[in-house]
Amino acid sequence: METTGSANVSVPCWVMFFRSRAPVLIPVRMSCLLSFKLSVFSTVLLLLCTRFVCCNNGRRVGDALDAEFSGFSVPLEHSFEVDDVAKFRVRGALVLKAGREPSVSLSQNQLSEEDRTKLKEVAAVDGLYRIRVPRVFLQADRQTERQMEGYLTAFVRACAMVESHLSDVIALHTDVSGYLIGVSIVTFPGACRGTEVEDEVDLEVFNTTLSIMAPVNAPGPETALFLERMEQELERKGKNPQEQKSFFAKYWYLILGGAIFLMATSSAQPPAGGDREQS
Amino acid sequence: MACCSFSVSSKAIKVNIYQSLVGQVDPKETPMRQQYVGKVRFAHFDMHVQSSKKVLVATEKNVFASLNTRTGEVYWRHVDKTGPEGNIDALLMHGQDAVLVVGNGRLLRSWDINIGGLNWEIVLDSGSFQSACFVGQQDSVKYVAVLKKSAVSLHYLSNGHQKWVENLPERYVIHRYQAVYSGGNGEVYTLGVVPHSHITIVAYSVEDGEIIKQISVDAPWLSNIQASCAVVGQGMLICADPATVSLYMLDLNVQSQMTQIPLQSLGLEVSPGFQPTVVSTQPNPARPPHSEFFVQLGPDHYQLLQLNNGQIVALRDFKPAMLVSFATTGEKTVAAVMAPKNKTVSYFEDTHSFLSRACSLNLFSAESGRRLLDTTLIFNMDPNGGKPEKLYVQAFLKKDDSVGYRVMVQTEDHTLTFIQQPGRVMWTREEALSDVVTMEMVDLPLTGTQAELEGEFGKKADGLLSMVLKRLSSQLILLQAWIAHLWKLFYDARKPRSQVKNDVTIENLSRDEFNLQKMMVMVTASGKLFGIDSKTGTILWRHYLDNIPSNAAFKLMVQRTTAHFPHPPQCTLLIKDKDTGLATLHVFNPIFGRKSHITPPALPQPILQSLLLPLMDQDYAKVLLLVDDQYKVSAFPSTKNVLQQLQEMASSIFFYLVDSSQGRLSGYRLRTDLSTEMIWEVIIPTEVQRIVSVKGKRPNEHVHSQGRVMGDRSVLYKYLNPNLLAVVTESTDLHQERSFVGILLIDGVTGRIIHEAVQRKARGPVHLVHSENWVVYEYWSTKSRRNEFSVLELYEGMELYNSTVFSSLDRPHPPQVLQQSYIFPSSISTLEATLTEKGITSRHLLVGLPSGAILSLPKMFLDPRRPEIVSEQSREENLIPYSPEMPIRTEWFINYNQTVSRVRGIYTAPSGLESTCLVVAYGLDIYQTRVYPSKQFDVLKDDYDYMLISSVLFALFFATMISKRLAEVKLLNRAWR
Repeated sequence: METTGSANVSVPCWVMFFRSRAPVLIPVRMSCLLSFKLSVFSTVLLLLCTRFVCCNNGRRVGDALDAEFSGFSVPLEHSFEVDDVAKFRVRGALVLKAGREPSVSLSQNQLSEEDRTKLKEVAAVDGLYRIRVPRVFLQADRQTERQMEGYLTAFVRACAMVESHLSDVIALHTDVSGYLIGVSIVTFPGACRGTEVEDEVDLEVFNTTLSIMAPVNAPGPETALFLERMEQELERKGKNPQEQKSFFAKYWYLILGGAIFLMATSSAQPPAGGDREQS
Repeated sequence: MACCSFSVSSKAIKVNIYQSLVGQVDPKETPMRQQYVGKVRFAHFDMHVQSSKKVLVATEKNVFASLNTRTGEVYWRHVDKTGPEGNIDALLMHGQDAVLVVGNGRLLRSWDINIGGLNWEIVLDSGSFQSACFVGQQDSVKYVAVLKKSAVSLHYLSNGHQKWVENLPERYVIHRYQAVYSGGNGEVYTLGVVPHSHITIVAYSVEDGEIIKQISVDAPWLSNIQASCAVVGQGMLICADPATVSLYMLDLNVQSQMTQIPLQSLGLEVSPGFQPTVVSTQPNPARPPHSEFFVQLGPDHYQLLQLNNGQIVALRDFKPAMLVSFATTGEKTVAAVMAPKNKTVSYFEDTHSFLSRACSLNLFSAESGRRLLDTTLIFNMDPNGGKPEKLYVQAFLKKDDSVGYRVMVQTEDHTLTFIQQPGRVMWTREEALSDVVTMEMVDLPLTGTQAELEGEFGKKADGLLSMVLKRLSSQLILLQAWIAHLWKLFYDARKPRSQVKNDVTIENLSRDEFNLQKMMVMVTASGKLFGIDSKTGTILWRHYLDNIPSNAAFKLMVQRTTAHFPHPPQCTLLIKDKDTGLATLHVFNPIFGRKSHITPPALPQPILQSLLLPLMDQDYAKVLLLVDDQYKVSAFPSTKNVLQQLQEMASSIFFYLVDSSQGRLSGYRLRTDLSTEMIWEVIIPTEVQRIVSVKGKRPNEHVHSQGRVMGDRSVLYKYLNPNLLAVVTESTDLHQERSFVGILLIDGVTGRIIHEAVQRKARGPVHLVHSENWVVYEYWSTKSRRNEFSVLELYEGMELYNSTVFSSLDRPHPPQVLQQSYIFPSSISTLEATLTEKGITSRHLLVGLPSGAILSLPKMFLDPRRPEIVSEQSREENLIPYSPEMPIRTEWFINYNQTVSRVRGIYTAPSGLESTCLVVAYGLDIYQTRVYPSKQFDVLKDDYDYMLISSVLFALFFATMISKRLAEVKLLNRAWR
């Protein structure tokens, strides 16, 4: 962040006097408070080349009954390594239920003794705790069509995981047609304060809040309601006779007062001006 | 938190007082607008009046314009549709009429060149356009012939009506008619070719379109008539064949074989690998072309030839000659030849040498090839420009009946230079500016004295005494400058005000009191860079980068601002080939345009992403990180200091990549060894939707207030995530019932999807602005068939999670998202938000409309908290009641009558005054102005009554003095009593 034209070294004020400077306001600046420490990036050099992929979802109506409505399960994997090279292992199983309102549940194992110590070690070096889920297509009818190539990954700092005693919030995001597009994990509380977790028991069981989210429908312009309100207003005006009075009825006293005032002023003045005009 | 709502007004007062101490700024400035036409494709001088001052140009930007040859200003300009629909295929000029073929032969138009009015316009039959020419008879031009792929038609010049149309005889499928010619003898010839087989010539009668004769001649060497042939003299078709190094001649009037004339027999030689071309001239369409013609034998070699009784005679050899052109005035035809002035240095070998940059032009008599006396004209090429590409000659008869001339030279960098003898440049037009791709505004440097003062602190301290001496000397310099300034004031005061003009030159550039005048650094598609003074629009420097790929993407970054004297400011332009991904860097000084002596790193790998970090090296240059396709990161500058800083910061440097072809958004973290690791991934299936744009926030944006005060005096805190990305997707299904536009808000560090929404029954193009805690986008509603605006605002809620620091890694609560949509009664071309120094001033959206107006729309109208039913609290908050339609008020147009054609982008920059935001709109035109979204609250009005204020102050002062004295007397009296 730069303030324009300011010197880098503190300037004695008697020098300042000679220099014309832009007015510097010093409000409590939000941006000052934002620390750059945590995140920095710039805009993309986007290479927006459009390549249409020949799409063939292969959904057929006849196969609809094939789907088990009890849901299907996909593995939820996690990885935390001291050297930060991801090695994903199964953390639990996500049971996804497709349908109009998709739902999700999770059954997961406890952390083993070995994992607990490792997680604490990773937290000590400020490593990452990563999770991943395979890409799935929820609305597909057959198991083979559900699974897609690739994974969706997310991370949280391992120390946050430890300090929150494994309380995490995992959200799965789908797009309009039911493809899983992203996963996110946050812990609660999210901060790393460096507090030691003494009790090993705290790091045994995951306390996970899980949700699956589909995109919300963005609202369009609310014309119907607006028109309704306008009509009501008109009706209200129609009912109220006070507002239906004509212009003269409303302001007769002002007009009268003005007229009297005009008359008074014109009669008070001698007709000198008129004389001058004639001459 | 009530202080929040009052903070604006109290700041305003504070600033006001400050202003009154300093003095006044010029609050009214004249906005700067410059009109361009684009790269010239055709140009003709208006010849029908001897003293005419017009040149007519048709450009690749689909603009037809008339320029003043004395000043270079635009007399009038017609801007047609963009794209192939408005493409100008041909421009023919005769007398007062200019005939244009537009849109691949879709329209035929005739313009009156004096006033720029349309004489007539007709729609032509379908078929792709090949060629057009005037057809004359008995010395008067009456018709226009238009050759299409399968038909030829004749139109009256007076009203455009079709006289006749004839289908072309087609014997072969691959038959192509390419040229049409008329020599004024009542016949129209169409010349067609079956590639590598034969030429067909069909002659039509002008009167009724009847085929008079049809000739077919073997020409197995010919593939394109327009490229290698021309008609010379009394209907003699002359073609050049590079394979046999010879000219072929064919008399159109008599059916015969083609006569081959080896160039060697004329004593001529063709440069190896060069395709020779024939250039002829037909000044009057009612008469046959002249029998003199040029043959280009090499890149810088021309030969003037003459056809004399069926024999070709060599008249004169021109080598080196860069460009040649014929010109006719009255009955005299001359040839203008441009040659490098310093003949010893070859023009093509040494393009960077300043010596070889001067060219001389000479006129030669076309009949004899003799050089005309006193016709030398010197053209000094701009060392920062391109090579000359085209030559347009305006010849005229002087009083003594000799030929005088002026030339218009078009160079590679789309510049037009108009030169008069003996080399006076009358004007130049930088038509590259009609295609600005990206720009930045850079603060001007301090004046010399200010810089001197700054320099004192920039250097390292070396002893007490020297420091004192330095200080004294700089104080002396200041005193001197002040006296000089006073003297200038005194001197100027005697002159009438109109004469006091300060011309802006690169020498006297300096920052003004409120930093309102800045340097606009503009990057154009042609690869030419410009430095333009924002106040006057004067081009202060230009720099042409050759070897720019035609499909290059540009990204301009300011690495070091002017604030770090004595280090010069530094800009870096990243030029990336869109196909290969290979990139180069151009580092330059934005104030002087000079290339920096710092050698940028060579980038052998394709570049995926570039990011400018707020980290600085010891010379105050921001660090630029470049990520290549191996996900390796290289830093520029990459000094030890920088690398060390990077290592320390590595774990907190994140970046993201977007691969729209696979719908993949992925996040990476930097490692200490400058490699990267992927940490998150979001994949949007391309079967359903494709990513069309990803927008973050501007890094130099300041947000003054962290929250909004509600009607009940509680505070709603804004969700101010600087890492938030707005991703726009469009559905692949374009059916109007099923198409949608998707908006995703993703945290760029953690990859967390903050919000995901779809706008159903909507379609792009989507214009989006992302700032503070809001996103505004505009889309086309397919259901209601109208443009709609939608605004998203994000709030943390009534409590702030962590009020001191924002960290993407530590914000567990998802923000509240509010959204509202509005109908907008116009389509839009571009969208941008105003930006001010401290973010106190309320925001406006700047909307570029296709009509050429720029609308300054208060953000207040785009507020999802606008209530549907007005309540006491919403009134307290000053919320406007919701109405579905967004008004367009004419007083919101910031450019009044100064239309800006084809606005492509709007750039906003803060100025030194909090109330003022600088705006530059670019497209075909460039427009610069200032906007005051909250009025000029920090500037005193013009009619501010200093006298009244000071007299009241004095009066009060004396009144207190007197009353104090009186009170004392009274007290004393009472004490005595």
